[in-house]
Amino acid sequence: MSESVLVIMEQRAGAWNRMSLETLAAGQKLAAELGHSVAAAVPGRGVAALASELALKKLDCVYAVDHELLADYTADGYTAALDQLIRKVQPSLVLFPHTYQVRDLAPKLATRFHQALISDVIGIRAEGGPVFVRQLFQGKLNADVRPGGPAPYFVSIQAGAFNADNVASGTAPLETFTPELTASVIRQRPEEPFRESTGAVDLTTAEIIVSVGRGIKEKDNIPIVAELAQALGGELAATRPVCDSGWLPIERQVGSSGQTVAPKVYIAVGISGAIQHLLGMKGSKTIVAINKDANAPIFEVADYGIVGDLFEVVPAMVEEVKSCTVLQR
Amino acid sequence: MKIIVSIKEVPVRDSQLRIASDGRWIEDGDLGYEMNEPDAYALEEALQLKEKHGGEVIALCAGPAGAARTIREALAKGADRALHIEDEQISSWGTLGLAQLLAKAVAPEKPDLILTGLQSDDLGYGQTGVVLAELLGFPHATIIMAAEVLDGRIRVKRELESGWFQNIEMPLPAVLTIQSGINKLRYATLMGIKKAKTKELKRLEVADLGVAPSPTATIERLYLPRKTKQTQLIEGSAKQAAAQLVEKLRFEVRVI
Ligand SMILES: Cc1cc2nc3c(=O)[nH]c(=O)nc-3n(C[C@H](O)[C@H](O)[C@H](O)COP(=O)(O)OP(=O)(O)OC[C@H]3O[C@@H](n4cnc5c(N)ncnc54)[C@H](O)[C@@H]3O)c2cc1C
Ligand SMILES: Nc1ncnc2c1ncn2[C@@H]1O[C@H](COP(=O)(O)O)[C@@H](O)[C@H]1O
Repeated sequence: MSESVLVIMEQRAGAWNRMSLETLAAGQKLAAELGHSVAAAVPGRGVAALASELALKKLDCVYAVDHELLADYTADGYTAALDQLIRKVQPSLVLFPHTYQVRDLAPKLATRFHQALISDVIGIRAEGGPVFVRQLFQGKLNADVRPGGPAPYFVSIQAGAFNADNVASGTAPLETFTPELTASVIRQRPEEPFRESTGAVDLTTAEIIVSVGRGIKEKDNIPIVAELAQALGGELAATRPVCDSGWLPIERQVGSSGQTVAPKVYIAVGISGAIQHLLGMKGSKTIVAINKDANAPIFEVADYGIVGDLFEVVPAMVEEVKSCTVLQR
Repeated sequence: MKIIVSIKEVPVRDSQLRIASDGRWIEDGDLGYEMNEPDAYALEEALQLKEKHGGEVIALCAGPAGAARTIREALAKGADRALHIEDEQISSWGTLGLAQLLAKAVAPEKPDLILTGLQSDDLGYGQTGVVLAELLGFPHATIIMAAEVLDGRIRVKRELESGWFQNIEMPLPAVLTIQSGINKLRYATLMGIKKAKTKELKRLEVADLGVAPSPTATIERLYLPRKTKQTQLIEGSAKQAAAQLVEKLRFEVRVI
């Protein structure tokens, strides 16, 4: 058996989740570096068209994992199907995009192979076998992790870590894999996905966003940043914990479970810069960070930074902005 | 209904982390600890379900002796009793080993429902609950923002990306991983703190649980992340820095 990498792609209603293309790029790169072969699989119902698309990539094999019972995602159904596929293909590494669906599925699947998922990976190096880089402590530290125990190893790749444009083209044989599934193994009954009534706030068109994190300490301090947003003629946004605590409405949340924004300038005030927040704002043209901790991960993406106390810096900024806008008039 | 809530103790938020001399873990001697944030929401959810349906809430924690503080906090907030798997090196067990320990402690309790946080703030594996479900043979659902117990079943609201949600129903017993913000946290009352001292906190020895550590991956090195951007750090007093920043916003970024 030659060593191989298997990339599990994610799709919904016939469209790729973009993160799976990034993972495909990661899989091709890793396989090249390790001298492994690389295959990709797409589970679902009626996935022939997507699988044909994959067959135009530089891959050694493409598997259409097709079954009526895979029409809707369920942890039980997808685990059973991929378990069977992996036992057939016998890869040494299984790569997933680190999506919410994969969080739900991959740890269960890995357990069946006496493994644990190496989750949320941001980098891969081949050093006498693969070494995976992942974040610890909410992005404050990185760790090099080496898999051990019996293969296959299960890995999920974080959004933005690899570039989907780097996926190499080619031709690959296409195989349909029909797992043996019965309705009785699936205990979850999923209903139609829905959106909560979207609030009136559309942050995606704002040119200037002042965003506030837990560094603001309490609800009563919100006006301090609201004033800066107002002085700049921008919108006020927030991190999840700020919205969870009810300090600002959820419509103002930016991040993987909130809005994705790309303003001209994003001013992050008292925000640590956890990946789930960065996912919603790192496309901003200019990022400004104000944080008292010089090692806060937000500074990794900031163009301008002030290491300092927001309660001193922000009011001083408001005064400055006010005085120069007066001058302009 | 019998609900087990799995609670982890993590270094307090905003801790100044220093890498240990062996380069593989942090210097953890002088850190303060607190309940992992999503676990606090999981505990609150368990307490609210108990208030609605009756039954019992059991806090479960694997960690060093010092973690008893956090367990007492769970008792003070209203958990009825607690199980503490005591081990000074719990992170060395890896996800699979840890989940095996938790599964051994849980199984004899025959719970109806197990709640965990969706992710720990330190290791951030985001998978202990799912692995636990698989080991116990229970169905599960992750990133849960609402839970409603029906007759022998549970209906949950699962968070999907970008503001989408999905309701899912499954039979009990089940495991749910709870997302922060699912409810409003309560504070422990003075009365609760007093009562907590009399509640049962059972210590379980790792040796008695019959699990051999099976680390599936090892941390070889821990380090500060490399910057992806050149950040212009603006120095000086708060007032000076603010003035300079505003100038840059005006003349370099041109938004004022
Ligand atoms: C599945 C999932 C989805 C998620 N979705 C989102 C999402 O959509 N959006 C989101 O934001 N988060 C999301 N999160 C949460 C995310 O992981 C982080 O917990 C969150 O972004 C942290 O918010 P924060 O930066 O406000 O708080 P913290 O991480 O607590 O950071 C506070 C910062 O304030 C600084 N600070 C404190 N006092 C001061 C002061 N006086 N002056 C200056 N700085 C100060 C501190 O140094 C610290 O860096 C999600 C998490 C998960 C697991
Ligand atoms: N040592 C532990 N003791 C009890 N529960 C834990 C422990 N480690 C993790 N958990 C639970 O598993 C969840 C997910 O953790 P993790 O998989 O490390 O991200 C946490 O939110 C806890 O509910």
